[in-house]
Amino acid sequence: MMTTTVKKNRADQRILDLIGYVFVGLVALVCLVPFLLVVSGSFSSESSITREGFGLWPKEFSLAAYQFAFQHPEQFINAYVLTISLTVVGTVLGLFISAMTAYVLQRQDFQWKSGFAFYFYFTTLFQGGLVPWYILMVNYLQMKDTYWALLLPPMLNVFYILILRTFLRSIPEAITESAKIDGAGDFTIFVKLILPLSKPALATIGLFTALGYWNDWFNSLLFVSNEKLYTLQYLLYKTLGNLEGLRKLMEVSGMRVAELPGESLKMALAIIVTGPIVLLYPFVQRFFVQGLTVGAVKG
Amino acid sequence: MKRGLLYRINANRSLLLMIAPATLFFFIFNYIPMAGIVLAFKQFRYDLGILNSPWVGLDNFKFFFLTGDAFNVTRNTLLYNAAFIVINNALQIVVAILLAEVGSKLFRKTAQTLMFLPYFISWVVVGAVAYNLFNYEFGAINTLLKSFGMEPLDIYTTAEYWKYILIFFSAWKVVGYGAVFYMASILSIDKETYEAADIDGANVFQRILHITLPSLRPTILILVLLAIGGIFRGDFGLFYQLVGNNGMLFQATDVIDTYVYRSLLVNNEVGMSAAIGFYQSVLCFVTILATNYLVRRTDRENALF
Repeated sequence: MMTTTVKKNRADQRILDLIGYVFVGLVALVCLVPFLLVVSGSFSSESSITREGFGLWPKEFSLAAYQFAFQHPEQFINAYVLTISLTVVGTVLGLFISAMTAYVLQRQDFQWKSGFAFYFYFTTLFQGGLVPWYILMVNYLQMKDTYWALLLPPMLNVFYILILRTFLRSIPEAITESAKIDGAGDFTIFVKLILPLSKPALATIGLFTALGYWNDWFNSLLFVSNEKLYTLQYLLYKTLGNLEGLRKLMEVSGMRVAELPGESLKMALAIIVTGPIVLLYPFVQRFFVQGLTVGAVKG
Repeated sequence: MKRGLLYRINANRSLLLMIAPATLFFFIFNYIPMAGIVLAFKQFRYDLGILNSPWVGLDNFKFFFLTGDAFNVTRNTLLYNAAFIVINNALQIVVAILLAEVGSKLFRKTAQTLMFLPYFISWVVVGAVAYNLFNYEFGAINTLLKSFGMEPLDIYTTAEYWKYILIFFSAWKVVGYGAVFYMASILSIDKETYEAADIDGANVFQRILHITLPSLRPTILILVLLAIGGIFRGDFGLFYQLVGNNGMLFQATDVIDTYVYRSLLVNNEVGMSAAIGFYQSVLCFVTILATNYLVRRTDRENALF
């Protein structure tokens, strides 16, 4: 039995469906196609790119770019090790400090909580700007060409601390109270009780922090001139900007310029640099969506 | 309960110790640079340091404002960010509404995964993508044009195109990410409201217009407000990785952030770039206070503070 309302709904539902499939499908396609172009470019022979340009499908399939990249892996391996180390160390430290801070900020019995919250929040309202920060880092903290310059700046983010605080508020205060009665100190309570209970929030913020480290190139741009401190993104940036980086690789291998898979190598490098994130992406995306949904939006 | 400050510090010592690392971190990396703003009024000399460098009053600001650069980069920053805010939010809302209303689970999942993908890659990789698309000799767009027998476009030397390219990539990167926020608010709308509308004979478009959109209002407001607070702060990665130091495009693509970066690291004009950074911070601060004030007056609940 179909009522007239349902019939009417079906007609307009079909129009909306049509709009939806076409529009969302188009947007999704536009999001995907540039990646396909890069993948295709990385698998194309250099000669076919110089002759016919980049296309959605390799005109001449070739693994030369990847072979070249993996033949002389020293710089990649170095950049990979550095980037992974920064990501792991920075995320673990940053997450621990952020969670600890968020925990203190939401403790109802901490009398200066609103003062401290404002102290942190104010940094998002007013900033000294690039120049004083740069001079502080370079001239006063002597961080140019150091691991610290890459590790420290992306470590803490006020918004992440505030999102964690919102999440921690949902853990009953009674847990802290009863542990206190049992004689546990604040830090013990935080490590033994609060941290295990906040896994979903920690996973989300941890992923955001890790993504920040993995994709960071800005701090390299500002503070790094030593090739040993090239992160993956910065290595790609250098390679895209000029062929200097490639030429250096070639000098090591004694190859001639003509043999250099320049254009395809740029694309292959983009793939290699993005690699782990894209492989992890389908698993990680779920956490992101959950985290965004839970933490949305007000800090 | 009147106790001395020392007593209270002692009673809270473990919590204070726990909050100390972050406090110290923001003191060093955020509060000390705020004091460094004095650089805007000094002629910085590396050998003398910030404190001992000589004062020059407003000289650092003069060049920036007299050459007309100030007007150009301020206008670019403002217009680009305004376009980003309007277009990105509109796209995200439309996508979120359509995703919530339309399609099989498989379609929704696939589309969402694809649209979220750009958010995960760095601006450097986006730079590679742009190079692949727009390069004069090998770029995919020119390859396509040539296959139709058309003339290739010289995109990297034509400023006019970059307005649209920058707006496109800004939207491209965040459409899936932002749609999640709006999806979350749509899913939290009470199902009964929709059923009641159905019974009253509303069609899906009326339902979207009269139920979904109004209930998205708080989310829209808060996201747009946050964005307006940063309307004088460009997304440095977007502009720098797509345009780089391509002087031919600056008229159309230079924003305050890229200008400050260039003055500092390319032209080494420490004082002037500090002055422009100061100018930017003040603009941002004033915009945040102003937007917050307006929201408090009209819609107290959604004010930021």
